[in-house]
Amino acid sequence: MIYLNLFIGFLKVGLFSFGGAYAAIPLIRDVVLSYGWLSDEMLTYMIAVSESTPGPIMINLATYAGSLQAGFAGALIATAAVVLPSFVIILLIMILMKKLLKNPYVQAVLNGVKPCVTGVILATGVYMIFQNCMGSIGNFTVDLTAVILTAVLAVIYFGSRRVLKKRISPIGLIGISALAGILAYGL
Amino acid sequence: MELLLTFAKIGLFTFGGGYAMLALIEDTCVVKKGWITHDEMMNITVIAESTPGPVAVNCATYVGYKQKGLAGSAFATVGMVIPSFCIIFLISMFLDNFLEIGWVAHAFAGIKIAVGILILDAGVKMFKKTPKKPLPLAILICAFLAMLSVSLFSLHISSVTLMLTAAVISLALFAVKPETGKEGVKR
Repeated sequence: MIYLNLFIGFLKVGLFSFGGAYAAIPLIRDVVLSYGWLSDEMLTYMIAVSESTPGPIMINLATYAGSLQAGFAGALIATAAVVLPSFVIILLIMILMKKLLKNPYVQAVLNGVKPCVTGVILATGVYMIFQNCMGSIGNFTVDLTAVILTAVLAVIYFGSRRVLKKRISPIGLIGISALAGILAYGL
Repeated sequence: MELLLTFAKIGLFTFGGGYAMLALIEDTCVVKKGWITHDEMMNITVIAESTPGPVAVNCATYVGYKQKGLAGSAFATVGMVIPSFCIIFLISMFLDNFLEIGWVAHAFAGIKIAVGILILDAGVKMFKKTPKKPLPLAILICAFLAMLSVSLFSLHISSVTLMLTAAVISLALFAVKPETGKEGVKR
């Protein structure tokens, strides 16, 4: 049963993740939290690990969640499930000579799904920052350290684009944030 | 076999997700191997972005199919996935208690904040690409509010449900009033 759940869960991730790795995280988060495969802490940890290991982040996360839940077979199933939709869709597009994407009905669906995905991603970003700074609704506490860290990191990340004309890479920001976390919480 | 090895190499040496990978794929498949032309590479990038799934997997499938049909696309995709699969699987087996070390936990508290910022950034980037028309904006705002309230009050509506709803609404509107969809096609 867990195999079937893993397969379906990551099939959803593979099928609905438009727009790259960070855009896929809200969806992965939704799936792994609702099935209870990973906690929020473990997910954060895995995102950092995925960043510092090679390969697409989505695949790394699927392999990890699958392996934790059901060992090697689980990892295999989750990874296959996350890859399958894009594999099949690209094959179809190539076979149907790209006409598929220009089909008005397909476009209509894509035009509806994309803004929805954008909304979901924005909401998850806002919520994660809110949760880091304030805790959950039931347990409302302002974490001043986290507020300051958020502000500092946001300034560094978005400011670097203006000042240096070259943005800090996500890996760079994760490195900086790890150091900042050790300094702020450890001392 | 060459496809498998080539994409395994690409999978092994790309850190930091899809966009970092595109540069390497272009270098390998266009410049060194001449499997595809530069124009095709641009096409793949567009297709990969408007279809779900990891961009790297989309590219591997496309190039593989172009070279050797169905078998080629299967080999290229598997090659792409193998390195990250093996690495993450090993990590998941040996590093379970890693999070309990004090400074590691502090570092991840910092990283969690960075991930929030990165997701928000991905969302903002997608928002900028969204056509500023009533329908996409309405869907975007509804999805944003729905997802935010789901997270805040821990309701059980998955983001996949939201996306399917958006797809159906958009398709229905298109069926009723086709010009809305056609404008979308031009963009």
